[in-house]
Amino acid sequence: MAEDLVIESPHSLVEHQFEDRFQQKEAATLGMWTFLATEVLFFGGLFVSYTIYRHQYPEAFRQGTLDMKWYLGAINTAVLLLSSFFMALAVRAAAVGSNPKIIRYLVLTIVVGSLFLCIKVTEYYIDYRERLVPALNFSEARPREDELGGFTRTFDKFDEWFDSHVSPPIGKAAVRPRNEQLFMLFYFIMTGVHATHMIIGIAVMLVLIWMAHRRRFSAEWHNPVECFGLYWHFVDIVWVFLFPALYLLRNP
Amino acid sequence: MAPTDHDHVVPVWIYVAVLIALLVLLVLTLVTAFFDLDARFHSAHLNMGVAVFIAMCKAFLIILFFMHVKYSSRVVWAFAGAAFVWLGILMTLTLTDYITRPQAPTVAVSPYVPAPAEAPGPR
Amino acid sequence: MTAIPFVSVVEPPRVRETYLNATHTLRSWLLTRDHKRIGILYALTITFMFAIAAGGAALVRINLLTPTGILDEPSMYNKAFTVHGVLMVWWFLVPSIPTTFGNFLIPLMIGARDLAFPRLNLASWYLFVISAVLILAVLFFGGLDTGWTFYTPYSSLFSNTHVTLAVTAIFINGFSSIFTGLNFIVSIHKMRAPGMTWFRLPLFCWALYATSLIFVLATPVLAITLVLIGIEHLLRIGIFDPVLGGDPVLFQHLFWFYSHPVVYIQILPTFGVASEVVTCFARKRPFGYAAIAFSSLAIALIGFLVWAHHMFDAGISPYSGLVFSILSFAVAVPTAIKIFSWTATLYKGSVALETPMLYILGFMGLFTMGGLTGVMLATLGLDMHMHDTYFVVAHFHYVMVGGGVMGYLAAVHFWWPKITGKLYSEFWGKISAAIIFIGFNLTFFPQYVAGYLGMPRRYHSYPPEFQVYNVLSTAGASILAVGYILPLIYLLWSLKFGEDSGPNPWHALGLEWTTPSPPPTENFEETPVVSAPPYAYDLQSPTAAAVT
Repeated sequence: MAEDLVIESPHSLVEHQFEDRFQQKEAATLGMWTFLATEVLFFGGLFVSYTIYRHQYPEAFRQGTLDMKWYLGAINTAVLLLSSFFMALAVRAAAVGSNPKIIRYLVLTIVVGSLFLCIKVTEYYIDYRERLVPALNFSEARPREDELGGFTRTFDKFDEWFDSHVSPPIGKAAVRPRNEQLFMLFYFIMTGVHATHMIIGIAVMLVLIWMAHRRRFSAEWHNPVECFGLYWHFVDIVWVFLFPALYLLRNP
Repeated sequence: MAPTDHDHVVPVWIYVAVLIALLVLLVLTLVTAFFDLDARFHSAHLNMGVAVFIAMCKAFLIILFFMHVKYSSRVVWAFAGAAFVWLGILMTLTLTDYITRPQAPTVAVSPYVPAPAEAPGPR
Repeated sequence: MTAIPFVSVVEPPRVRETYLNATHTLRSWLLTRDHKRIGILYALTITFMFAIAAGGAALVRINLLTPTGILDEPSMYNKAFTVHGVLMVWWFLVPSIPTTFGNFLIPLMIGARDLAFPRLNLASWYLFVISAVLILAVLFFGGLDTGWTFYTPYSSLFSNTHVTLAVTAIFINGFSSIFTGLNFIVSIHKMRAPGMTWFRLPLFCWALYATSLIFVLATPVLAITLVLIGIEHLLRIGIFDPVLGGDPVLFQHLFWFYSHPVVYIQILPTFGVASEVVTCFARKRPFGYAAIAFSSLAIALIGFLVWAHHMFDAGISPYSGLVFSILSFAVAVPTAIKIFSWTATLYKGSVALETPMLYILGFMGLFTMGGLTGVMLATLGLDMHMHDTYFVVAHFHYVMVGGGVMGYLAAVHFWWPKITGKLYSEFWGKISAAIIFIGFNLTFFPQYVAGYLGMPRRYHSYPPEFQVYNVLSTAGASILAVGYILPLIYLLWSLKFGEDSGPNPWHALGLEWTTPSPPPTENFEETPVVSAPPYAYDLQSPTAAAVT
């Protein structure tokens, strides 16, 4: 079993410190999970801080949630779940040793992941027009309708229609509470750190596509694809918690 | 070395089923968000509890199936679990401070009250 | 003329290939993947940073010779103690034993050819060096005056020093730590030689495993906290800003969630060294191997539950204070178990007082004193009076210097023959250990008294009645400085002029001692197979037991 594994090729499959490819793969998997544990605590610090301030300023944070476009967040959640699905298929393609399929599914993952980022940028733009950006233009007075561009006004109108038809109707405060700036800071920092992780992920995927293009991966060795898959699924899990935390806690 | 998920290839239909389940859970979390559960059930934090619970279900599905933990060794289970346990420690012990604080949190108004105007003297 | 085969009459001595002489170019050192060379690279870097941090301490102690201070401005004093704290914590104490001896010894002790991820190991060192360059740039551009604890809102909203650059440096340093810890954890899980079960591992490996758990679980919380202060300092608005409703105490919660476990990072490796040195120089199995192993894990775990004992008078709720106080008493128990175990190991052992043993004996006494004063500080009522006084300063220097640095020096002397193949001068080793012990106590014991009598810390001046303690302390510091410089001299001297050590000058047990000194690059010619229990000193023959 062990003899056929150390192939004398320009890229030997098993590094010198390992006995066989199974030890190498288990080490890589365990190493990746250890790294993901650090990421859980990295984002966790933000979630804990958010929870504490939400506990201290429930009304101000609720107003902040109401200013978010929940439907854009929901679409983004579906988009990211789909990208995770494609990523899982890419890892499966690597396990069966099919480099063309790896490329296909990684490309799909990148496309869908980029769609997420586009929607996020759109949300940031809307927040900017609505004067919600701390340190830039946060204003406790809501901008008048004519101050919003046509694009932003459409979303605003939909929000008004929806909030008045949901039961019980949700009303936004006439003037934003000052502490809402705290919410907006969390919104931008948490989604910003998350988006940074996604951008790094897309960059790594481009490298993996290049490697698959050079037929580097096989059923015997595809650790980078598997390890990256774990990373991408983790980024998805972070969003799965971010979405309800920032967008869905709308009731008093 | 005990073989773990050596070359374990997960059938595609499992991934499809998990994706569908995740999307169903997404719809569920949206629907429950628009009911004011706290008012209807006379409780506090029920909306948040339901939202977090559904998010945890989604996370479980992703971890077990997409991340292959269901097919992995116990060490991997332990590592994955330990991360969340430690996050739990940070969350719980920090909250013991904030939940038991007797005073109300600071309102964002400066408490500074300017001294009453007096005869100008040398500063 | 018949051809006569040329035979040289005198053959040049064949030099055995070791990891040191395998290649000679600078490039081969800077691009090495050999864990042993990376350990040496780290040792050089942290020694350099220690010297700069010690300079900060010198400034502090010289300033405190007189009640009014001698520095031109008080802010210079703040910068002096900040540079001392920041550099000592992150660029000396945290990396000290793990990155030097952990890197060098773990593969040897578990019977592996290298760590699991050699390139990641090299990347760790480069991240460390980059972070060192950045923090030295902060010093160059005017220093930092926030204290190593970076309390908000001063650090984030009011300080005019280069806070953002400093937190970036520490952030990168944190990643260096995380990758090292990750490497150790995976290596100890997956790279042990056949027969090396968990309960045959050297206790040094258990200690470093526990340390690595803390690296991996605590450092990320520091990382996100630094990001948050960085953003607040850059944008002048942030989540700790009271004007927006932010809570500076939340910063302290997040900061201390890392910074308390970090002190266990600083001492657990020393506990590992102590287990190795005590067993070797008492020629005995450790008393309670399992107790020592599990107590390392217990310290790592419980160490995560006590952080708010740094915040008793910061404004946390008194009920929360109660919880953290009780948990802080609990964390002393596993440490006490270790001290009992080492003492019991020494009892009726054949004790040889070589230099490493002297350092470890010193450590056991000084760390016990430091630890007990820590329990005093964990008492809510006492802490109300002693918080932010020199009592705290004395406490943590007893544990970190009397504990951590002594442990590092013990490791240096114990494994010097293995790493360099040379013997240092035992005479000078013992003299230096004695000088360090005397200098240390003279420096820090008066600080207990001054703090108990009320002298606050981080003040550039003080009431005149405290001067006698400060003068004693500064005198001690100068003696301590001599004690630290001496090893530099005689150790470097031994590299050129020292006697060859042979593979096992201490007749110690452990896989690392079965290799030549210095070891070859691939560590073992054949992967060792382990069948004996660890520390089987009682099975050694009496002649082998004689330590010269």
